[in-house]
Amino acid sequence: MASGIRDKVAIVGMGCSKFGERWDCDTEDLIVEAFEECILDAGIDIKEIQAAWLATAIEEVHSGKGGIPLAFALRLPYIPVTRVENFCASGSEALRGAVYAVASGACDIALALGVEKLKDTGYGGLPQRSRGVLNSMWWANYSAPGSFAQLASAYQAKHGINADELKRAMAHISVKSHANGSKNPKAHLRNKITEDQVLSAPIIAEPLGLFDCCGVSDGAACAIVTTPEIARNLGKKDLITVKALQLSVSNGTESGHNSWDGSHFMTARIASTRAYEEAGIRDPRKEIDLAEVHDCFSITELVTMEDLHLSPEGGAVKDVLDGFYDSDGGLPCQIDGGLKCFGHPIGSSGLRMIYELYLQMQGRASERQVENPKLGLTHNLGGAPHQNVCSVAIIGQLGA
Amino acid sequence: MIGLSGFGGYIPRLRLSRKSIAEVNGWIQPGIKRLGKGERSICNWDEDSVTMAVEAARDCLDNQNGKQLRAIYLGSTTLPFQDRQNSGVVAAALNLDEALSTIDITAAQTAGTSALVAALDAADGAKEGDILVLASDARRTRSAAQQEMTFGDGAAAFTVGSKDVVAELLGYHSVSIDFVDHYRGDNREYDYNWEERWIRDEGLLKIIPNAISEAFGKAGIAAEDVDVLIAPSTLRGVSAKIAKMVGVSEESLAESLDGVVGETGCAHPLVMLSHSLESALPGQVIVVASFGQGCDVLVFKTTDAIASFKPSLGISGYISRRCEETNYNKFMAFNDLVLQEKGMRAELDNQTALTQLYRRRDMLLGLVGGECDVCGTHQFPRSRICVNPNCNAMNTQKPFQFADIPSKIMTWSADHLTYCPDPPLHYGIIQFEGGGRFLANFTDVDVGNVEVGQDMRMMFRIKDYDDLRGFRRYFWKAAPSNQTRN
Repeated sequence: MASGIRDKVAIVGMGCSKFGERWDCDTEDLIVEAFEECILDAGIDIKEIQAAWLATAIEEVHSGKGGIPLAFALRLPYIPVTRVENFCASGSEALRGAVYAVASGACDIALALGVEKLKDTGYGGLPQRSRGVLNSMWWANYSAPGSFAQLASAYQAKHGINADELKRAMAHISVKSHANGSKNPKAHLRNKITEDQVLSAPIIAEPLGLFDCCGVSDGAACAIVTTPEIARNLGKKDLITVKALQLSVSNGTESGHNSWDGSHFMTARIASTRAYEEAGIRDPRKEIDLAEVHDCFSITELVTMEDLHLSPEGGAVKDVLDGFYDSDGGLPCQIDGGLKCFGHPIGSSGLRMIYELYLQMQGRASERQVENPKLGLTHNLGGAPHQNVCSVAIIGQLGA
Repeated sequence: MIGLSGFGGYIPRLRLSRKSIAEVNGWIQPGIKRLGKGERSICNWDEDSVTMAVEAARDCLDNQNGKQLRAIYLGSTTLPFQDRQNSGVVAAALNLDEALSTIDITAAQTAGTSALVAALDAADGAKEGDILVLASDARRTRSAAQQEMTFGDGAAAFTVGSKDVVAELLGYHSVSIDFVDHYRGDNREYDYNWEERWIRDEGLLKIIPNAISEAFGKAGIAAEDVDVLIAPSTLRGVSAKIAKMVGVSEESLAESLDGVVGETGCAHPLVMLSHSLESALPGQVIVVASFGQGCDVLVFKTTDAIASFKPSLGISGYISRRCEETNYNKFMAFNDLVLQEKGMRAELDNQTALTQLYRRRDMLLGLVGGECDVCGTHQFPRSRICVNPNCNAMNTQKPFQFADIPSKIMTWSADHLTYCPDPPLHYGIIQFEGGGRFLANFTDVDVGNVEVGQDMRMMFRIKDYDDLRGFRRYFWKAAPSNQTRN
């Protein structure tokens, strides 16, 4: 029986670039901006990094393929650099690679870096790209908002929820994230919005309006990981360790078998259950202090709170409207603004979520600091509700 | 007995009001204002002569219990492929056995009747299986052309054979005369037309009546035996004049569908024939004539079996499945009559890997998925390992066709972001009766009228255009069923 990853690896340095429309930056600039902060935080020399993982999803519009873009940008000393891609969960995959490498003893210190430069396409929204020769011939033509919007129709039908009430809960989610993002100097969107603004915004994909969709941003985030022993030798105190790293990938059941009802993510339910087990968490609603979930769209965040077993099934609308996930609620969610406002440079997002939890646990989150969080969860999703990859990571203070 | 053993047809759901054309183009072509009554059928952006032919064929075959076919003859002057057999695409969409002869017949407004004549000639009763005859046209015109008002889009389908004949062929007569009323030369998109008065006086009113009279002789009938005469023309009074000239009463003229569907090119005589057969009684004589560098005239007599044959919807059913369109700009855009800003999202390269298309042709053209031998689960697409999480057996799936299986909407959205010639693009997961589902594009939906649980029917449509290479991808989309209004 595998013993899991709990407390085997510590995070000793993190960095994150400012997210947004970084018209002045190449991929290289974003990588270096995040790395500079990270290496300074870790207090090590770049030559001590023994292996690196680069996460980037839509490399064809910016860096190009392989591990080379990271090795070039940082002039890494001819170490192994692996590029990973798993849709929007790529950043979590880079972290998983680095953490597993350290946990296995294959190396002492490893780097995980995610970067995405999306704003060189000439239009808003995500870049259009080929989906594979066969898929292109039969998959419905669809966009990210259109695929996630499917959740709303099924959730509404399943729980018999009035369309207006669901829309109001979705609006609350976006209003909350904008309020949080306004306090984050690195966030892409820092404006506060009102429920009325959300409800009257133009429709992107029924029923999602403009403010139900996250930002499409440029940015990079990274982490340096090592063993708790080496971390202590580096002089680190109050270690932040990895408690769980789980990934669940759809095998086609949702899209091809009638057992799935379209209103939730099978993967998120599976990954979170495994993560809680790995981290030794029995009652996540009580034990988790902070959550950073993949709020690519407001409806995604809403159903995810149930999939993570934080809200009871069918109970997310009430929890959201009650303010349970607000910054002053029982379980603050997207305290940094989330994908919605911090932004969503695809390959970076999983690491950006970890970055915020890391700052919060060290009491370094300035204006948006919550009181003494010990355990935090990240949920990083890629694909579409009917076929996706879902990562759930839990980090916390050593011993928590 | 040789004749028609079944019939059907298809008319696209969209009907452009002719008033909306006249309002836009009347300033430059005052003559079209007098035609500005009624409506014409227009293809949706994802329809063409091939997709219409497929729907007409399904309409004809639905109630024939898997009738064995040995050939498809497709008549059309607007085939999407100049060199790729269009009737072969139809055969693949219908998931027919590959032991089949497929032939495209084109290049004249008689293409539809010529296909029918060829099939009747070949149907000698000695060979097993019927011949499926299809005629389909979606003729393009320049904006403000008079024909833009009078034309329509549509298709007709017949099975031809010696068993279960509903309309026996009594005889036919064909003439070939190089009378060029219009032509469309190589690499030209639109027809070039000569003067109507000459076409009427020297062409229609000479060639057709003569051929009809000859056909009467060959069929062994007299003019007074004729119950229904089909001799369509968009020129006013011509059909009535022909009737008079051949001694048939004007009341016997079949409904022209002018102002309802419009003139559907080489399909039109057969669209009218299919329409007439819907209400024909046993023992009636029906004469159908076409015109185009000559003339085909066919004489049929309905049998007792006509009383029990019904197409799935029939031309009249498809006429009722109607959605009025008053936006002439949309018609212009669908038909590339205007240079339109489509946005950068329309720039996606839609190259088709022909190797892949061939490997999965039954899936992509015939909507054939799989049925697991072990657990019976239906799934799309067919895969090496069963999708049922409680089975997951390997290499157990036999082909299972979903095209005719009813489905319901499980999830949906209307997407304003993804490029679509007619936004918003609708799609969602559809769940088939008896199992199987996939995320499908929807077509022929009304904005604001889509809901979970809605009944859907699969239709063969164009998925993507590859303008760079002149290719188009076909696939199946879900359309609301029960759209017919009585």
